[in-house]
Amino acid sequence: MATNQNQSPKQNSTEPKPCLSGRGLTKVFGVGKVQTVAVDHVDFDFNEGEIISIVGESGSGKTTLSKMLLGLISTTEGTIEYQGKPRDISTNAKKKEYWKNIQPIFQDPFSSYNIFYKIDAVLDDCLNMRGFKNLPEEQKIQMKTEACSFVNLKYAELTNKYPFELSGGQMQRLMIARIFLLKPKILMADEPTSMIDACSRATILDMLLKLRDEINMTIIFITHDIGLAYYISDKVYIMEHGKFVESGSAEDVIINPQADYTKRLISDVPKIYEKWDLDTVAN
Amino acid sequence: MKNTIKQVFHSGKFLFGFIIFMLILLTVIIYPIFVTADPLAMLGQGNFFKPGTYASIEESALSKSYTLQIPKEFSKLEAVLDIETRAEIQQFLINQAGVAESEIDVTDAEGLVSLWKANYDQNTKYAGLTTAKRKALKRLDNEITAAMKDSGVIIAEKDEEGNLKQSKVIKDTDYVNIKDVTTKTFVLGTDNFGRDVLTELVAATKSSLKIGLLAGLIATAIGLLLGLLAGYMGGLADNIIIFITNLFTVIPSFVILILISYSVGDSARGIAMVGIIIGITSWPWTTRSVRSQVISLRNRDHVNLSKLSGHSMFRIIFTDILPYIASYVVMAMILQISSGILAEAQLSMIGLGPATTKTATLGLMMQWAMQYSAHLNGSWWAYFPVVILIALISFSLNLMNTGLDQVFNPQLRD
Ligand SMILES: Nc1ncnc2c1ncn2[C@@H]1O[C@H](COP(=O)(O)OP(=O)(O)O)[C@@H](O)[C@H]1O
Ligand SMILES: [Mg+2]
Repeated sequence: MATNQNQSPKQNSTEPKPCLSGRGLTKVFGVGKVQTVAVDHVDFDFNEGEIISIVGESGSGKTTLSKMLLGLISTTEGTIEYQGKPRDISTNAKKKEYWKNIQPIFQDPFSSYNIFYKIDAVLDDCLNMRGFKNLPEEQKIQMKTEACSFVNLKYAELTNKYPFELSGGQMQRLMIARIFLLKPKILMADEPTSMIDACSRATILDMLLKLRDEINMTIIFITHDIGLAYYISDKVYIMEHGKFVESGSAEDVIINPQADYTKRLISDVPKIYEKWDLDTVAN
Repeated sequence: MKNTIKQVFHSGKFLFGFIIFMLILLTVIIYPIFVTADPLAMLGQGNFFKPGTYASIEESALSKSYTLQIPKEFSKLEAVLDIETRAEIQQFLINQAGVAESEIDVTDAEGLVSLWKANYDQNTKYAGLTTAKRKALKRLDNEITAAMKDSGVIIAEKDEEGNLKQSKVIKDTDYVNIKDVTTKTFVLGTDNFGRDVLTELVAATKSSLKIGLLAGLIATAIGLLLGLLAGYMGGLADNIIIFITNLFTVIPSFVILILISYSVGDSARGIAMVGIIIGITSWPWTTRSVRSQVISLRNRDHVNLSKLSGHSMFRIIFTDILPYIASYVVMAMILQISSGILAEAQLSMIGLGPATTKTATLGLMMQWAMQYSAHLNGSWWAYFPVVILIALISFSLNLMNTGLDQVFNPQLRD
């Protein structure tokens, strides 16, 4: 898994199926004079099983787009299609159904947890959501243990801990364990490594890729680091001031950038062609 | 949780406020156990008896008397010789009798009187004095002579024919043992109706605390509920709630308080009613602050994650929002209790407080003292302790609040 070519989508042989599309998607914050156009008429088709990176500087609207796709905030204009059909989250029941298919990992692990509840509660929520509420206790514990060991955490040591007793890296790994349990079709990873220390960073990326292979999901990977996007993704969308200024396969966009903004992003990353070996960094 | 409570009690401010408040609370609880008298019983016939112990005069006169040679603070001679009189005597001795000034000690009453007796003669016409002055000195001489007689007070009884017959002479060295006579101590005197101020004060504090607590609970409950809903739901619900809140804010809540109190009518305004009225007019402030806290929380990632885990709105409000603002709500409630007590005092001062003759409140005590001009006739005991108590309650609650604030908002810590 050391090179980009190895991670090309599994559906390569067949026709790519779009699982999440946007048409003229727009988000405007505020009213009257103090309006911010955070996302400005973007169009996209994210294909099933691919890793799609959305790359842009801070404030370019990446998080806003991801929240719209997650259904956490309303859209001002435009439509979102899920698996070829207009997405319908008009009722709570429909929202719940949609959220079985799309789940996030947020940027800041420290604010992702309710500090008043033990870690076990987070994992139990996942099992409940998948309808495993009435499973025998041993079976539940086994599933939770499996999920934790997938991200190199020891479930037995965690059950009675509070989130704030973990490091940022551990918290983010637990978020991956959560995804492992939920097995959604789409993972929305919003700069999942930007708030944690450099050593944990590679581990997290490694685990995300491992998770993709394990449950075969689409990953929308949001980052400000174009080098990281090149390393990890099949498709890259470059975002500037709420617009997609360039998109295409990772190779095309980064080896042969067209937009000035992309060129600038690339020149900001000094050693973009020297891909590091994740396994050596992680160990 | 346990840790937080420990931290709270490590805050000096909180602890100090807490101790003061607990002392007040304990007094209110324990005092009535020992003093079971009706706090509004009218013991004194008359207005504003000053603090002190009152002993039965009749029993004192009839009790067994003991002769004690104790110099008394109260002697008839001292009563006659006030400062001006002493100055007058000194003037006379120097100017008319020719006594050297160094021989005169105005602070020594007995010495002064013996000098006076040696030098003054009623029949001598002293030069350099007006007629009026001469007459005044004559009167003074008579008074001194009368005061020096130790005949005491004569107790007389009527015999069968109705003639007075001397039965007992009370000399100024006669004493009774205080245990032999009935006494009553008014530590803080009596009020305008002759009621024991201390007992009344304790009962009043209890009622005022009840009113404050009731008002605080109601205001906090309404404010919290509306604030949570407005803040979390946003949109239309938020607009409606904010509209109502603004209505209440534009009209000063004290005016609403007065209007409601007035329209409820005198007879219906008991302790509970006043507490409820204050509570339902003071929630807007809590609503506003809870709402803004909730708005800053509702977009946090842990709330988003909870939504994405399929939790209902009520579950999210109770598990993901409420615990985060709980400490804040406690602080808001403490302030509401404190301002509820003050609101009752204000209402009572303008005659719209609890209309009851069965219990006193701190506000009512203030009103009574004002109505009967305690502040004009120097009866400080009727209002000063009340003011002190209102201040102490308010001070202790605010101190607790500041202490909590320092624990929960660490950036305020010094
Ligand atoms: N809730 C909000 N209200 C108003 N403006 C917002 C809000 N969230 C984001 N914005 C604005 O939208 C723009 C895009 O922000 P964001 O999507 O967070 O960017 P990114 O994730 O790329 O850093 C920024 O200018 C930001 O200030
Ligand atoms: Mg962002």
